[in-house]
Amino acid sequence: MPYLGSEDVVKEVKKALCNPHIQADRLRYRNVIQRVIRYMTQGLDVSGVFMEMVKASATVDIVQKKLVYLYMCTYAPLKPDLALLAINTLCKDCSDPNPMVRGLALRSMCSLRMSKLDQWGQAEVLNFLLRYQPRSEEELFDILNLLDSFLKSSSPGVVMGATKLFLILAKKFPHVQTDVLVRVKGPLLAACSSESRELCFVALCHVRQILHSLPGHFSSHYKKFFCSYSEPHYIKLQKVEVLCELVNDENVQQVLEELRGYCTDVSADFAQAAIFAIGGIARTYTDQCVQILTELLGLRQEHITTVVVQTFRDLVWLCPQCTEAVCQALPGCEENIQDSEGKQALIWLLGVHGERIPNAPYVLEDFVENVKSETFPAVKMELLTALLRLFLSRPAECQDVLGRLLYYCIEEEKDMAVRDRGLFYYRLLLVGIDEVKRILCSPKSDPTLGLLEDPAERPVNCWASDFNTLVPVYGKAHWATISKCQGAERCGPELPKTSSFAASGPLIPEENKERVQELPDSGALTLVPNRQLTADYFEKTWLSLKVAHQQVLPWRGEFHPDTLQMALQVVNIQTIAMSRAGSQPWKAYLSAQDDTGCLFLTELLLEPENSEMQISVKQNEARTETLNSFISVLETVIGTIEEIKS
Amino acid sequence: MSDGEAVRASEGNLRAGTAMISQFFILSSKGDPLIYKDFRGDSGGRDVAELFYRKLTGLPGDESPVVMHHDGHHFIHIRHSGLYLVVTTSENVSPFSLLELLSRLATLLGDYCGSLGEGTIFRNVALVYELLDEVLDYGYVQTTSTEMLRNFIQTEAVVSKPFSLFDLSSVGLFGAETQQSKVAPSSAASRPVLSSRSDQSQKNEVFLDVVERLSVLIASNGSLLKVDVQGEIRLKSFLPSGSEMRIGLTEEFCVGKSELRGYGPGIRVDEVSFHSSVNLDEFESHRILRLQPPQGELTVMRYQLSDDLPSPLPFRLFPSVQWDRGSGRLQVYLKLRCDLPSKSQALNVRLHLPLPRGVVSLSQELSSPEQKAELAEGALRWDLPRVQGGSQLSGLFQMDVPGPPGPPSHGLSTSASPLGLGPASLSFELPRHTCSGLQVRFLRLAFRPCGNANPHKWVRHLSHSDAYVIRI
Repeated sequence: MPYLGSEDVVKEVKKALCNPHIQADRLRYRNVIQRVIRYMTQGLDVSGVFMEMVKASATVDIVQKKLVYLYMCTYAPLKPDLALLAINTLCKDCSDPNPMVRGLALRSMCSLRMSKLDQWGQAEVLNFLLRYQPRSEEELFDILNLLDSFLKSSSPGVVMGATKLFLILAKKFPHVQTDVLVRVKGPLLAACSSESRELCFVALCHVRQILHSLPGHFSSHYKKFFCSYSEPHYIKLQKVEVLCELVNDENVQQVLEELRGYCTDVSADFAQAAIFAIGGIARTYTDQCVQILTELLGLRQEHITTVVVQTFRDLVWLCPQCTEAVCQALPGCEENIQDSEGKQALIWLLGVHGERIPNAPYVLEDFVENVKSETFPAVKMELLTALLRLFLSRPAECQDVLGRLLYYCIEEEKDMAVRDRGLFYYRLLLVGIDEVKRILCSPKSDPTLGLLEDPAERPVNCWASDFNTLVPVYGKAHWATISKCQGAERCGPELPKTSSFAASGPLIPEENKERVQELPDSGALTLVPNRQLTADYFEKTWLSLKVAHQQVLPWRGEFHPDTLQMALQVVNIQTIAMSRAGSQPWKAYLSAQDDTGCLFLTELLLEPENSEMQISVKQNEARTETLNSFISVLETVIGTIEEIKS
Repeated sequence: MSDGEAVRASEGNLRAGTAMISQFFILSSKGDPLIYKDFRGDSGGRDVAELFYRKLTGLPGDESPVVMHHDGHHFIHIRHSGLYLVVTTSENVSPFSLLELLSRLATLLGDYCGSLGEGTIFRNVALVYELLDEVLDYGYVQTTSTEMLRNFIQTEAVVSKPFSLFDLSSVGLFGAETQQSKVAPSSAASRPVLSSRSDQSQKNEVFLDVVERLSVLIASNGSLLKVDVQGEIRLKSFLPSGSEMRIGLTEEFCVGKSELRGYGPGIRVDEVSFHSSVNLDEFESHRILRLQPPQGELTVMRYQLSDDLPSPLPFRLFPSVQWDRGSGRLQVYLKLRCDLPSKSQALNVRLHLPLPRGVVSLSQELSSPEQKAELAEGALRWDLPRVQGGSQLSGLFQMDVPGPPGPPSHGLSTSASPLGLGPASLSFELPRHTCSGLQVRFLRLAFRPCGNANPHKWVRHLSHSDAYVIRI
């Protein structure tokens, strides 16, 4: 055979394939095709005759068909557009009477693998897969392994989509979730320093979300979250929040130094945000922060002083050990505070801790002198309480001033609330000093409040379904108001979408009820309201049935049985009996019935020391579909309660 | 929020699509609608564009405008080349995907119209609508590949002036949004990808840019707190699609802390990611990237490097401040040293120094005539058009800060800086310089001869500042 370059070969073969004489002669036609296959095997690029080969596949000659299919499977990835043409022939062959042809066509179709999904398709498929419930652990890990490469995609949308899918699928394997979050760290950090501010912002919101569960996750990368002056405000504020949340023993010094720099920023809003952030860190690293805050007072700037004093007020309440330092820093502050919030904070501090601040009565006296020109009623109220409190510890210095203030409030004040407060204190004083003490000398600090305010790390499952959605971008609170309006709007025609929760009685207008229940969707579960079983009947049925499903949900911290009961009531799950709040272990028995008459009996068992809630469900008719829907309803309710509480 | 709604809300998050959009519109920087398209007819209609702009401008400073909500619709937008590209959606979509879509659209419009801007969009309305029609169908993304779209787009781009290769004098790169951003993009690179199908002679060009953004934070004692380099290799190809090319990178290039190559110190980056079309067969052995790029713009590779820079920082600043609180007199002496190699230079250097509130007068002594300094928006702006490597420049600035001096009893010592001074930040461009040291060794095209002259290859390197902050 003469040596030919691939172009000449293609030209020559093409001519032969198009030659009607050759096409008419089955043997010659097959020979040409064999030659194409030979060239292909030798590594020559003969993809140029794809069109002609597709045509050649429409033949009754099985050998020829096989050869052509072999060719197509090899070159389809290079010529996706043309490979589409072959689909038609393949489809036709799939209904061929000859089983061999059918099999051949099917096999070839499966190996075509021509259109790789682009990033948009990938993101869509990853999102779609969220609906899938793996049947076994093995299947779950198979899926995870298969999808692993998407975590490395260069498209942030795909990476985040894959991350979310991993988090959701691995909801029972916290270590897998942590693993995934470690791997997404790089892409997220890259997005956080992206040139696109918008991407940067969205990434920062997600970083905060992750920090809620894994506070140390980004600690070693704290420098990535330092602000630069050219960034827009909303990005700086997010970064400050992130810095606040990732602080630890190693980086606290550097982070505080950085935040301190922001406190004197030209933008007053940003400076104040930075001061509040230092106040937040002060709950853990009190001494260092109080020192920085005290230094800031020395700058004698109104917008700084007011926020520092507010921060101090919140701090002494949570960390009483810093009271002494705060009291020493306060004198002189009053000269630089003009706004209501700052004044209230200062007055409160002077009232509650006045016995440690030598000039406290005189500062309050100044406020009383100017009370006529004071525009904020809240400040006057605070002043009344503070002065009365201080009067209890330093009566000699305060008596006169207190008398003047009470007189003013009762006789001259026009704001009714202030006047009432004044009258109340006046009458209280008439009752006797012991009574005043009993009412006003409340605790001056409550360190446990801090725990309530920032709860322990939340499990990833709390927010996994919010990952890569708008929820972290809006913030949970804002999102709640948004979805509330939307929920109200959608109540009517859109309800069938939420069929599995259709039973949530009060949300459904009466006239829609029938339609909702007639939904053809067999998987939908409609629980019937007001199906109250007697305890006896429940017990009998419970004992006669076997457990159909058992699972364990994570549960941490506080527990309010009443809230749970109410929430269950909303979705038409009745509580038959439950233990008293606080008993250990805590148990509850629930019942529910769907519109076909199927009963669901449930036992909840909460063991606080294991921080988990065990759920056992029994069913009087074995129907897996409705059982699964029921369990997902139950899971969602319990998950929601857990979220609300934190 | 009642429990029932909470249940539905969290359920909804699982159900929502990734990128289903109701409307897309482009607004000029002043809020005039340039393009408006409704894909699903399920939302308010045209006036949402106006609504969006009103919401955006009325937003308090601390709230993010990236995602806004109104009446059941979410507005998500990006700002690009002074334009707002906005989508609305009523679903709880993936923000990452949507932002990616918007920036991809910006690139596509740039590819097809030559460059993205108010003028080009205005002149090419028909083309833009045609593109949108193909990219999105009923609010779902069909394809964003320049290659696929080529088959469907009939309208030709209208360009304002003829392109000439001799316009390459400016250093501007096609995509680099530098700090100044005033650098005119080189017009040779900013012509439409698919302009004039008949005119083949212009097509044989390819631009390869290595662009690095540098962010640095230096403490007041001169110690380095943070260095961060974000690098990209961007390609804009006017070659016929499918032409294979090979990009050779510096052979000492290594990824991660552990890897070592060559005998020198190596060019190390922390992380690197490649475009999905890049073939990495020869990357391990020879640091060669192979790809068959479609026409248009493409980010071939992205990389990052923190903390460990192989070369000295380009600039050091030595400030000294004298502040007399009593008289309100503030004197700032700044010495700027450029530590680039003596053959290199920095362009468009600008130093920005926030000043205490209420500064009025400024007197200055600058070390060379082409420098300029002025007060602008409560800050000192010192412009140095050109700074040669190894040189040292200085400026002495005197200002008056009136206003009530603090009571002497509490006054700080006279030498401490006043409130609101600093930190200084520098912006600049370093042509033909990469901070990481990464270079493109070669760009080879395996070009099938089609009767054309050899293709023009333009390989350029540039670093510019992202945030270069020096505390005073």
